[in-house]
Amino acid sequence: MAYDKPLPVPDPVTRPFWDGLKAHELRVQRCRDCNDAVFYPRAVCPHCGSRNLAWTVCSGRGTVHAFTIAHRGTPAAFRSAAPYVVAMVELEEGARLMTNLVEVEPSPEAVRIGMPVEIVFDDVTDTVTLAKFRPR
Amino acid sequence: MMGLSGRAAIVGVAESDAIGILPDKSTLQLVAEASLNAVDDAGLSVRDVDAVFAAGWRPTEVAEYLGIAPRYFDGTQVGGSSYVIHLGHAATAIANGLCEIALIVHGESGRSRVGMFPEGGGPQLPAGQFEAPFGLPGAVGAYAMACSRHMHEFGTTREQLAEIAVATRKWAALNPKAFVRDKLEIADVIDAPLICWPFGKLDCCLVTDAAGAVIVTSLERARDCRRRPIRVLGFGEGLDHQMISEMPSYVHGPGRISGPPAFAMAGVSHADIDVSQIYDSFTYTVLLTLEDLGFCGKGEGGLFVSGQRTAPGGDFPLNTSGGGLSYTHPGMFGIFTIIEAVRQLRHDYADHGPRQVADAVIGLVHGTGGRLSATGTAILGRD
Repeated sequence: MAYDKPLPVPDPVTRPFWDGLKAHELRVQRCRDCNDAVFYPRAVCPHCGSRNLAWTVCSGRGTVHAFTIAHRGTPAAFRSAAPYVVAMVELEEGARLMTNLVEVEPSPEAVRIGMPVEIVFDDVTDTVTLAKFRPR
Repeated sequence: MMGLSGRAAIVGVAESDAIGILPDKSTLQLVAEASLNAVDDAGLSVRDVDAVFAAGWRPTEVAEYLGIAPRYFDGTQVGGSSYVIHLGHAATAIANGLCEIALIVHGESGRSRVGMFPEGGGPQLPAGQFEAPFGLPGAVGAYAMACSRHMHEFGTTREQLAEIAVATRKWAALNPKAFVRDKLEIADVIDAPLICWPFGKLDCCLVTDAAGAVIVTSLERARDCRRRPIRVLGFGEGLDHQMISEMPSYVHGPGRISGPPAFAMAGVSHADIDVSQIYDSFTYTVLLTLEDLGFCGKGEGGLFVSGQRTAPGGDFPLNTSGGGLSYTHPGMFGIFTIIEAVRQLRHDYADHGPRQVADAVIGLVHGTGGRLSATGTAILGRD
């Protein structure tokens, strides 16, 4: 069955991020002036205002910062997938990104804040790869 | 800024003719009903309105429908808190002579979806690229995720969150306009079907059809109006993100920004607040706001609301209409926090027993919009 969930449409600034995932590489910007990680990808550093940003490749390891388990009220395309975990993962490099946790039971007993996780590259279509995470 | 305190007053408040499930009424019809009812409450005519404040609908759309040509308008749209923020903007404009009679209005056919204003973004926007692919369920998923962090950092429990839902329902039981009025126990909240853990259905606001409107004018003009003026003593606004994935800290909301200037302008302290209306999109929204506004320390919100402290008869009367959890919630609720605060401070319920907070003189209103994104705080006082 064709993938029917929402797909991102890259813009000129975010394109390297999405191209990176397609190549199974997690790329996050880092500010050359304040050295903070920047996510989502931007034309300007939200920490210091610099335009001097560089792409870096991340390890794909991080920890769960926060999560919810979606049971009801999901977007229509996700209804049959419920319950599923939506989480914020904090990368070793410092950025936080929204993701799904996979290969784990969707329950507050199985998922823990602070739990170590690693990236899973989910090739959802021929052109789009999503960054998901599983316990490590 | 001290020069703005108390110079504008609220002289009219109203809902649409009915609220609840209204499949035969369009969103703009609800807006018009509330607007006309509010100017009636003030003893004014819609022809007197020279300023329009709207979010969801644009001021152009509201003014066009009502057939007015305002000389001042503001379409600040930051979600359900917009209308509390509009109140501060209106008071500022009035104090500076830029307008005299301001209409702040919001209506939504949130449940029946008749003639709704357009919503949503696209797949190339930040939310479309970095949130939508993961299926986070709208506002509820966002607030639930933030709440998980509060539980983790401070040991806040679902039972403590449920205290808010139960207390708010007790207020709803006293309000004939409230959408749900049957008694709730803590266990009912815990056992309700899960929507997005840690929220069950009863941690979440209603979805209804409703509109509300507020009329603001100068204190001088207010004293010639039909109803006792309720003065706008202080106000503030704050925001620090739009998307929940960008919120700097899930346990610190923008109330920390909007609250202090409101208290400072009003020249009152927390102990002076007799009654509070704090936007309760979800139970956690209230708990976080109580902390952010400084009614208790950070992390102490769970303890603060325990023992039905916010219920009728408790020492912190909160969301006395029954709030978004039990009275009404068409999608963006902020306007209704102002309406209820004004009614309490006018002593509209003086003959309704515990529905009236006795001797209420100073009230706090607080809206939270978006994904815990933007807040407005206002402090009102009986003239």
